[in-house]
Amino acid sequence: MSSILFFIAAIGVISGAVGVVVLRNPFYSVLALVGHLLSLAVLFLLLRAEFVAAIQVVIYAGAVMVLYVFVVAYVGDQTEPLGERLRNPGAVGSQLRLGGAIVAGALLVELLIALLGTGLQAIDGKGAGYSPGPEAFGTPAYIGKLLLTRFLLAFEVASFLLLMAAVGGVVLARRRHGLEEDDDEQDVLTPMNLLRPRSTGTMAEGIGRRPEGVHQAQTSRPDAGSRFTP
Amino acid sequence: MSIAWYLAVSAIVFTLGAIGVITRRNPLVVLLCLELMLNGGNLALIAFSRMWGNGDGQILAIVVMTVAACEVCIGLGMIVALYRRHLPIDVDELRELQG
Repeated sequence: MSSILFFIAAIGVISGAVGVVVLRNPFYSVLALVGHLLSLAVLFLLLRAEFVAAIQVVIYAGAVMVLYVFVVAYVGDQTEPLGERLRNPGAVGSQLRLGGAIVAGALLVELLIALLGTGLQAIDGKGAGYSPGPEAFGTPAYIGKLLLTRFLLAFEVASFLLLMAAVGGVVLARRRHGLEEDDDEQDVLTPMNLLRPRSTGTMAEGIGRRPEGVHQAQTSRPDAGSRFTP
Repeated sequence: MSIAWYLAVSAIVFTLGAIGVITRRNPLVVLLCLELMLNGGNLALIAFSRMWGNGDGQILAIVVMTVAACEVCIGLGMIVALYRRHLPIDVDELRELQG
């Protein structure tokens, strides 16, 4: 039973990965990656990593992929115009493709040798013993105990990394050159408008509105708009 | 199933991700293929964790997922910034550090 499930999930994993690489529309690539992640969660369950499988589905296939879908929808349909290029790739193009295939084949052979050619006896076995229970291997209680005792430093560093990534994401995606004039601006002056610096990516700016006081501050600075031209 | 099968799947997924990173030109798809490579690594980590009956590999897999989430956050922020400044969304065209 478990081997049937393994083969179904492994076929899902590999075909999802092939779909990500091969499909030309980025939106379909994202959907293929969602299928890949769900199949991978099945493999994690077969390896008795219940908690990791659950967060794989909830966070990875849920939250992160929603972010991808939003960005694909925002950036637009950037289907690569590869039809022409595939039909007559030219001398350099075909050489590059041959080189890519050779590199990929060498990488696969190397990885298989590194992973399967080891002297470890245990890779031919089914793994260590497993006894079910409330704090068995891979359950949330087990992972939580490890995270908060032995790997407390890694846990804190990971949370700090998430904080830095959140700040970096806001800084990267904010508007750098202010906003265009809008006729139907309806500004509500709040204390926050005076306190915070201009163009910090608030919700009001995101939908195209800008507080009045901030606008005055920007027009009094002549170099504000010239540095980041669109 | 023996652990070796899982390791073979992880090697194949990693290689497919590497092929995508090398050949695709849309940075969004390059990010997706990086996710594939990280997932291949995660599968190997969890397989080895199961092999030894030790939870360290699973913790490392969770940390890798965190790093992947951060990478997605920064990468997608960069792509949105590129799009806002009307730069081409194509890694072949983006050769200069100076914007």
